[in-house]
Amino acid sequence: RYFPLLHGPGVTPKTIIIFELKAELNNEKKEKRKEAVKKVIAAMTVGKDVSSLFPDVVNCMQTDNLELKKLVYLYLMNYAKSQPDMAIMAVNSFVKDCEDPNPLIRALAVRTMGCIRVDKITEYLCEPLRKCLKDEDPYVRKTAAVCVAKLHDINAQMVEDQGFLDSLRDLIADSNPMVVANAVAALSEISESHPNSNLLDLNPQNINKLLTALNECTEWGQIFILDCLSNYNPKDEREAQSICERVTPRLSHANSAVVLSAVKVLMKFLELLPKESDYYNTLLKKLSPPLVTLLSGEPEVQYVALRNINLIVQKRPEILKQEIKVFFVKYNDPIYVKLEKLDIMIRLASQANIAQVLAELKEYATEVDVDFVRKAVRAIGRCAIKVEQSAERCVSTLLDLIQTKVNYVVQEAIVVIRDIFRKYPNKYESIIATLCENLDSLDEPDARAAMIWIVGEYAERIDNADELLESFLEGFHDESTQVQLTLLTAIVKLFLKKPSETQELVQQVLSLATQDSDNPDLRDRGYIYWRLLSTDPVTAKEVVLSEKPLISEETDLIEPTLLDELICHIGSLASVYHKPPNAFVEGSHGIHRKHLPIQHGSPVSAGPAAPIEQAQSVIPSQGDLLGDLLNLDLGPPVNVPQQSSMQMGAVDLLGGGLDSLVSDGHSHRIANNRVYLFGLECLHVHISLFIVYLFPQIWLPAVKAKGLEISGTFSRRQGQMYMDMTFTNKALQHMTDFAIQFNKNSFGVIPTTPLPIHTPLMPSQSIEVSLPLNTIGPVMKMDPLNNLQVAVKNNIDVFYFSGLIPLNIFFVEDGKMGTFLYFFIFFMSKDIYTVSGKLQNDNIYTIAKRNVEGQDMLYQSLKLTNGIWILAELRIQPGNPNYTVKHPPNLNSPHSELRSHLLFLSVEV
Amino acid sequence: MIGGLFIYNHKGEVLISRVYRDDIGRNAVDAFRVNVIHARQQVRSPVTNIARTSFFHVKRSNIWLAAVTKQNVNAAMVFEFLYKMCDVMASYFGKISEENIKNNFVLIYELLDEILDFGYPQNSETGSLKTFITQQGIKGQTKEEQSQITSQVTGQIGWRREGIKYRRNELFLDVLESVNLLMSPQGQVLSAHVSGRVVMKSYLSGMPECKFGMNDKIIIDKAGKGGVTNEAGKSTSGKQSIAIDDCTFNQCVRLSKFDSERSISFIPPDGEYELMRYRTTKDIILPFRVIPLVREVGRTKLEVKVVIKSNFKPSLLAQKIEVRIPTPLNTSGVQVICMKGKAKYKASENAIVWKIKRMAGMKESQISAEIELLPTNDKKKWARPPISMNFEVPFAPSGLKVRYLKVFESKLNYSDHDVIKWVRYIGRSGIYETRC
Repeated sequence: RYFPLLHGPGVTPKTIIIFELKAELNNEKKEKRKEAVKKVIAAMTVGKDVSSLFPDVVNCMQTDNLELKKLVYLYLMNYAKSQPDMAIMAVNSFVKDCEDPNPLIRALAVRTMGCIRVDKITEYLCEPLRKCLKDEDPYVRKTAAVCVAKLHDINAQMVEDQGFLDSLRDLIADSNPMVVANAVAALSEISESHPNSNLLDLNPQNINKLLTALNECTEWGQIFILDCLSNYNPKDEREAQSICERVTPRLSHANSAVVLSAVKVLMKFLELLPKESDYYNTLLKKLSPPLVTLLSGEPEVQYVALRNINLIVQKRPEILKQEIKVFFVKYNDPIYVKLEKLDIMIRLASQANIAQVLAELKEYATEVDVDFVRKAVRAIGRCAIKVEQSAERCVSTLLDLIQTKVNYVVQEAIVVIRDIFRKYPNKYESIIATLCENLDSLDEPDARAAMIWIVGEYAERIDNADELLESFLEGFHDESTQVQLTLLTAIVKLFLKKPSETQELVQQVLSLATQDSDNPDLRDRGYIYWRLLSTDPVTAKEVVLSEKPLISEETDLIEPTLLDELICHIGSLASVYHKPPNAFVEGSHGIHRKHLPIQHGSPVSAGPAAPIEQAQSVIPSQGDLLGDLLNLDLGPPVNVPQQSSMQMGAVDLLGGGLDSLVSDGHSHRIANNRVYLFGLECLHVHISLFIVYLFPQIWLPAVKAKGLEISGTFSRRQGQMYMDMTFTNKALQHMTDFAIQFNKNSFGVIPTTPLPIHTPLMPSQSIEVSLPLNTIGPVMKMDPLNNLQVAVKNNIDVFYFSGLIPLNIFFVEDGKMGTFLYFFIFFMSKDIYTVSGKLQNDNIYTIAKRNVEGQDMLYQSLKLTNGIWILAELRIQPGNPNYTVKHPPNLNSPHSELRSHLLFLSVEV
Repeated sequence: MIGGLFIYNHKGEVLISRVYRDDIGRNAVDAFRVNVIHARQQVRSPVTNIARTSFFHVKRSNIWLAAVTKQNVNAAMVFEFLYKMCDVMASYFGKISEENIKNNFVLIYELLDEILDFGYPQNSETGSLKTFITQQGIKGQTKEEQSQITSQVTGQIGWRREGIKYRRNELFLDVLESVNLLMSPQGQVLSAHVSGRVVMKSYLSGMPECKFGMNDKIIIDKAGKGGVTNEAGKSTSGKQSIAIDDCTFNQCVRLSKFDSERSISFIPPDGEYELMRYRTTKDIILPFRVIPLVREVGRTKLEVKVVIKSNFKPSLLAQKIEVRIPTPLNTSGVQVICMKGKAKYKASENAIVWKIKRMAGMKESQISAEIELLPTNDKKKWARPPISMNFEVPFAPSGLKVRYLKVFESKLNYSDHDVIKWVRYIGRSGIYETRC
């Protein structure tokens, strides 16, 4: 075989191949040329650069052989961008093809042109595209519809300027269903990048057209239409119902995507239907069988379906509550299907089916896949917590599993047993001995922390608790933060229970935590314990060994706002990842957040009320935002308060208000209420807060005081409290010798200076005085708590009046809790900032924010002058001028009595 | 929408690569290969997110098909599309293998260009695709032919072309059921369901309108109430009706009509297709019962006895019966005795496989085996996988019966009576397991 003469230095075999192809592409015979183009495409597929053949390939374009033409187009789509100047050579041929009598060729040309992202070609595309959008042949029109989306992706401005959007909208009324479907798809995509424009113009007429097309178009078209319908907000329940009625037949489609998209529409519109109505209940019943049927599909579709069912079960558990059996794991299910099924099984477990579920879980715990087995063990623990009747059997099952001595099974079992102990205190402690036997085999932080917690919590029942804990102390600095924190707390507990033998141990751990550690969490907690133990051991005992709140039954629930958003994305990737689209989609697409429709005309409570209750028991899974807040052992805080954590932790918190600190580090894993947002189970003040912003009001009317009128208000400026008063003389004689005195009051408020009125007050004269106050006076509980009784004397008589001190003036400037807690702006909105800004002026600090059910929740801290800390949750509903204040659930603390009377403050912002 | 589509062989070499969106670069091809195909661990999910790019994959023998996207696409649709693509390719060139893909890559590109536009799935019915993607080039089509193609591709009845003619109008119905069972060692049914398919082979002229009827409880109850019982031409009394949990239909079936009247009417595609799928869970006839007995004799021996009982009419014959009894990994030797059929220990599959060619109804048979074990110090207990069974029976375990399939073609001169109709029932084992 001869090689071309070019063979020489610098000529590699690759260039030879290119050279040969070049020759073949210019062959006279049509067949040869076609074969050559095929070779080029083959080379292109495997990633070889064949762009240098551009002119030769384009030369082959002028052919009436459709197959060859398609190959050339394929090449063009790949390389036009890298060779824009040469790509222009192809334009003529495209424009010509757009006029071809054969509709297949016209469509092919316009389809390909849209894929070539070269400006010059795009310019030439407009005219042919305009014609094709009005082509007599539906095949050309449906292709042109998609082409508008392509063009929009290249040059959005051009699409708008050329009026293609209008043409596209016209196509929604096209007689051909496939044209309609593609137009809908294109418009939906374009409107994603213009979230506010009403591009799709979904009005009842258009919806009707879509619903008609739905019955006639291909399975894919049905998906486009259903996905689009799900973005529509019906104006009332009647419209919602009539759309639902026309969508439900889709539930019997063989294509699972059609089914899921229909489910999405129905789940969204269910929100609008009255719960009592027959139709609502019929619809719920109709949803269950198709969801079950999805599980007989191919494994990949099963996976998508299961991820979605997981959402649906959380949103509307009633739909599938009877169907738990279909989620039983089959031996040869792919692992991803098994894991998802298990998740749903736990969610559906109830007293009615617990026996079956447990039997299943026991089987699974003996399987081979480590993740699956772990999850199964965890599930057994969850069952115990969820269904009390089954707890005993679950515990004995777990013990059996521990006896297998399979390392990861043991560790997982210990973690769940810890939770069971929390849920049923003083019930299953007999098994502690068995647990302790396995201490040495634990090498995972979770399991170690769980075991340490158990030892600390039941130190009085474990004879060698000190030895056990001491053994962990050796490698203290190598442990994870989670283990360190738990160990610290456990040893302090141990010390409080057995002070005599463990003094050394506790000193050791405190010094390890405070002096040798760089971790602010650990240090702060160490300092708190240290001060607690050294100042007031009795309180320390009350605090550290206080009763813990019960844990919740459900775990890993998706945060309700996110859940609602995900329900709007059923069937899509977002529902598979369980993340909102903006978490994984770049650019403008998907930033627009979707919401469930809200029922009109009825109080908001009807719809979202139930989820709010649910919100109470949300335990975030690791890694989500709330989880970050709860998990003390996560990495560096995202938004650290300005003050150094050291300063504040050591100084302020340990002041007078310390007695209300309740600390137990374990709680973060199964925190069941929001108190833990604040890092410790601390500061449980039982309050209903009401701030009264008093505009100057008349405290002492003139008629009651022989012509002296006193009006006034309280304020706080530069860290100082003031009583601002206006004295008006409405009598006919002048007044002198003013003096003021306060009765004993709840906060020990007294004036710091005498009443600064030194000149006589002439008739009909007014004088404004600011009386500085402090809180060092004698304390007596008043009713209401913030009542202040005042006596004012002048040359005429002594007068008495009383006024309510607005609580905010007691809020001291350092009320910002920051020390050992990480706070984090969870959800930002303008509204929330105005409110929290306003509050901050009054020394009420926002520690954390989150958004639940469309309501902003502000978590506030404030500190009263007498050192009492107050925590509150402020709930703000958009459009609702009333804010709800909620206090953390009560926990016993020494001053709870006082506090239960404390404060009524109403926030008027 | 779908940004790109790649097909790889088992080594991760790319056989087909078609990019539809500008946001998908060439590096996506490699990302999937490195992170999924070459990944050390078993695949944990059919959806993988690598650097903000999502990959959906399915595997057919040792070929990987992957769809790529950077957007929040409809995930179910992507998988359905991948399945569909496999169907389309299979109907063009048979098995999806590396060789077939390499030999047909031009065709595949042409198909990909047609069935996916800018990542949006388009008409993917092989019936209509085959009219214009032929690999022969479109030669000498008349204008009428062209517009017929386009109207069919985009039309309401995309699955059937006009002008089909058969000298003999004939149709075949297959009721194919797979019966699934999970039974506890004590014989308690943990879960059981039948998933069935009705497959139709139709060789009918013109555009026939068909109506399909079965012994679905809801229809029969409805008909009973209305007093119109002989819709099928004969009385339904005495026949048992069954409760169908759910069913899905081929896209040719008018779903809205099913929803309102529960009648199944359609214009069928030509040739073979799946008319419907259904699922039942009530009153299932379980063709076989497996009674296991496993006894551990010390640490080195297992005794296994398994009895199977057939539970259907004695006149019927089950076929291709296979019982698979798992054995522990440390099995050193097995001795089996069976009354019927052949049994063998297959070390490579860690199971005793017992095969029986045929077995009539209401019979029973038994196998016993002694399994010797190597002593191990493996702490982990043997997981005791369930005993599984395969079989085929000539009836529908769900109890489904076809009552009628009526054909109306008003334009051509044949009537329902002229159509020759056939029906058969096949029940197969799905996952038919008994724990031991």
